[in-house]
Amino acid sequence: MTSDYVVEKLKAKFPEIVEWIEADAGQSFAVVDAEDWLSVCRYLSRSAELEFDFLRSMAGTDFPELDAIEVVCHLYSYKNKQDFVIKTRAQKAKPQLDSLSKIWPAANWYEREIFDLLGVHFDEHPDLRRILLPEDWVGHPLLKDYTQQESYKGIPTTRPGY
Amino acid sequence: MNAHIEPGPEGGFAIGPIDHLLNLARKNSLWYMLFGTACCAIELMQTGGPRSDADRLGMLFRATPRQSDTLLLAGTITYKMASRIRLLYEQMAEPKYVIAMGSCANTGGLFQPSYSVVKGGDLFLPVDVYIPGCPPRPESLIEGLMLIQQKIEKEPYLKKAWGKYKSPVKDPNIKGLV
Repeated sequence: MTSDYVVEKLKAKFPEIVEWIEADAGQSFAVVDAEDWLSVCRYLSRSAELEFDFLRSMAGTDFPELDAIEVVCHLYSYKNKQDFVIKTRAQKAKPQLDSLSKIWPAANWYEREIFDLLGVHFDEHPDLRRILLPEDWVGHPLLKDYTQQESYKGIPTTRPGY
Repeated sequence: MNAHIEPGPEGGFAIGPIDHLLNLARKNSLWYMLFGTACCAIELMQTGGPRSDADRLGMLFRATPRQSDTLLLAGTITYKMASRIRLLYEQMAEPKYVIAMGSCANTGGLFQPSYSVVKGGDLFLPVDVYIPGCPPRPESLIEGLMLIQQKIEKEPYLKKAWGKYKSPVKDPNIKGLV
């Protein structure tokens, strides 16, 4: 099995939703819209032939030039020994995506991290709260327009003299 | 034995023979709380190891603040951890000392630009001795521990125990941190 075969099956099942981008460096990936995110991922995981049962990792990046936060999933299929990369974009103004935790339970903490550091809200996530930063932290640091607050609970965030 | 005058307000504090004996006992049995958050913890463990032995100075590590005299801040401190460290510091019994080991505990170190790193342990704890290094070699750490011993032997302990002597290190007592 190759990535092209996976894309063929995807395009057959979801015509005009999946866009395949051949990358010059690194892996080629598929891009879907935010509305179809859950259904495409569910098909990738539940399909008897493709069976991508392993979510290797999930991450997010803030792209101000696309005015979106891009969330990427790296999937792997043990049965077919095939890996696959799929991305989606959440709008910067109101970043919201469907949660994948019902499909792959590992997505639970990855989505908590993306929420914590980038501010993307995941619908129907069982436990969406901050995971790395303290619970009462203000702001999402990995956004490109993040500015640090003056002090956290009384501890100054800049050292006097620096 | 000779009286020692420690400089301070209103003419200074005199260290008498009883102070001298008590300080001798205290400085040669300084139990530190093993608080290594990052790489400095490895050098701390090595300093407790056989080659440069902290135990020959009487120092051994305790896992709990209730049984320790010193809080050895070894490693990077994050904002999330800072409130817990303050809680641990307040659980220690007087007389207590804080040693900041390594760049991260001194000023934030390598990770100063980061959003989640506290820029130095002295922003929320009264630090007595700063040990530079990344990480400081065991010899550096032993020198820092000897410095705190020298600090202890000059303290007017009886006056301190009765509350008449305040340590010159300022305590940034932040309300609402714990």
